[in-house]
Amino acid sequence: MRIIVCIKQVPATNEVKIDPKTGTLIREGIESIINPFDLFALEEGLRLKEAHGGCVFVLSMGPLQARISLKEAMAMGADTAVLLSDRAFAGSDTLATSYTLAAGIKKLGGADIILCGKQSTDGETGQVGPGIAAQLDIPHITCVTKIIKVDHAKKRIVVEREVEEGYEEILTTLPVLLTVEKEINRPRFLTVKGIMRAKKTGVVVWTASDLEIDPSRIGLSGSPTEIVKVFSLPRQKRGIIFSGTPEEQVETLVSKLKEAGYLF
Amino acid sequence: MDFSLSEEQELLRRMVRSFAEKEVAPGAKDRDEKGEFPLEVIRKMGELGLLALPFPEEYGGMGDTISYAIAVEEIARVCASTAITYAAHVSLGTAPLYMFGTKEQKEKWLSKCLDGTMLAAYGLTEPDAGSDAGATRTIARLEDGEWIISGCKCLITNASYAGIVVITALTDKEKGSHGISSFIVPSDAPGFKLGSKYNKLGLRGSDTAEIFFDDCRIPQEYILGARGDGFKQFLQVLDGGRISIAALSVGIAQACLEASLKYSKERFQFGKPISKFQAIQFKLADMATKIELSRLMVYKAAWLKDQGLPYTREAAMAKLFASETATWAALEAIQIYGGFGYIKDYPVERYLRDAKLMEIGEGTSEIQRIVIARKLLGEVWV
Repeated sequence: MRIIVCIKQVPATNEVKIDPKTGTLIREGIESIINPFDLFALEEGLRLKEAHGGCVFVLSMGPLQARISLKEAMAMGADTAVLLSDRAFAGSDTLATSYTLAAGIKKLGGADIILCGKQSTDGETGQVGPGIAAQLDIPHITCVTKIIKVDHAKKRIVVEREVEEGYEEILTTLPVLLTVEKEINRPRFLTVKGIMRAKKTGVVVWTASDLEIDPSRIGLSGSPTEIVKVFSLPRQKRGIIFSGTPEEQVETLVSKLKEAGYLF
Repeated sequence: MDFSLSEEQELLRRMVRSFAEKEVAPGAKDRDEKGEFPLEVIRKMGELGLLALPFPEEYGGMGDTISYAIAVEEIARVCASTAITYAAHVSLGTAPLYMFGTKEQKEKWLSKCLDGTMLAAYGLTEPDAGSDAGATRTIARLEDGEWIISGCKCLITNASYAGIVVITALTDKEKGSHGISSFIVPSDAPGFKLGSKYNKLGLRGSDTAEIFFDDCRIPQEYILGARGDGFKQFLQVLDGGRISIAALSVGIAQACLEASLKYSKERFQFGKPISKFQAIQFKLADMATKIELSRLMVYKAAWLKDQGLPYTREAAMAKLFASETATWAALEAIQIYGGFGYIKDYPVERYLRDAKLMEIGEGTSEIQRIVIARKLLGEVWV
């Protein structure tokens, strides 16, 4: 079975600061990590390989610094890592990113199952996974919490996905793209052997000229999304802790809420 | 000159930090309070390849002492008891097997020590031989193809859980320090007896016990290296061990700094977090500075070792400075925590109890100063 896991390198912290003047993320001094949701996708890919055989490719688009994240994925157990990196890809929105990653997947020879995290912790759109599936014209299922059954011969898969009221069980055909929730598994640790294997194998880097792509659909020119403004929410003030017996505390709370005009 | 870690070292750091925070940190308080030995953690570290780290790739490691120092630091940052168990197993128990062992000895024991299915200890200290390790009284005599060992070793880390203990014993008394040899003693050898465990100030999750050799018999081929090389060998082993104790100290000191940063931002006095006061800021700045200097010296000593260059002086300097930094940083952390720092609900009092041993084990601070001074003055030991 051929499994491709798409990963993204993101800043390590959830409290990414935004430059109020330029509206861009301040990345200086912040460590870059694999998007946490993508680790669950990678773990699921490795488990599928262990259960059904085959190989796991990891694919990413980003600057050359993203190589370390791909090596990290290999140290976890991925067989091959490919980075799509070119100045021409800079400024891609989710549409252009999906288009470019889909082109990478085609060059890799496609896959039976493509796995993505359900969203990234920086952009948080959740669009790239479904976007890739649309570009490849294959089915996709988002927010998967469990892969119930894979029948490689009959090209069928049954998964469980989370919806607001509970869970759905869905049967579809391979090839398929799944985006996964964090409860799907517990990602394994890197191993020393894995680190040394990643060192030897290295990361394959493909530029725009390595892919069959329409230059007008990549990077800034292929990105219809325009970010008008990015801003941080004002920081909340420090909370107030009431003292006294529970009864006294409730009384104080009610009077404070009335004072503030939330209760009448 | 390049001060950046390689990609592999950086990945290793991430790997160990993640493992330490998820698998080691949650039990650290209990290990200290209940004296629980971290056997399961060590097994898991074996599965991940961490026990093989400083040894060459064909043994499953990265062949890289800096990586090993990073791993020891990251484990010590969350649990010094686990870190000392790890460091003693790798640097003291396993390293001599790798350095001086025959092919047969390596086949028999080394792979088990590297994958964590066997724990190793190092028996050097005796009731009358600590800093003066040349005063070893344990005797080994050869009889009918067997070594018969009699004597006792004390303050031995990992002793109660070790499958093998590498020990020093006198084989040729008249030859002085050239009459000491090393042996690999399996813990199930006849005459091998475990003494009582010590009730320690800190590192309470680690195991420290006495070992008695009551005419303990081992096959002739269990001698490690050449007869009479014991003294020379343990100086080499301790040089390497000192890097790991220095790294362990950096980990404890780093934990002190992180705890102090967190607490000083949360603790309000006079209407603002105490981190806004210069008296606290100076402590934080001094801590960060000394930790960074300690870490750099650890890396330098480790780098020299990996280049095959002399590193005795640098390992002693790293151990001396980092261990004294750790104890000092723990005292400062307690001071920043104020009254709460004295309470066991907060981790900083544990850091102090754990840190103190770093100034004692594998050569006291005084011995480190002697090592450094002798190197400066060009004096020769053996």
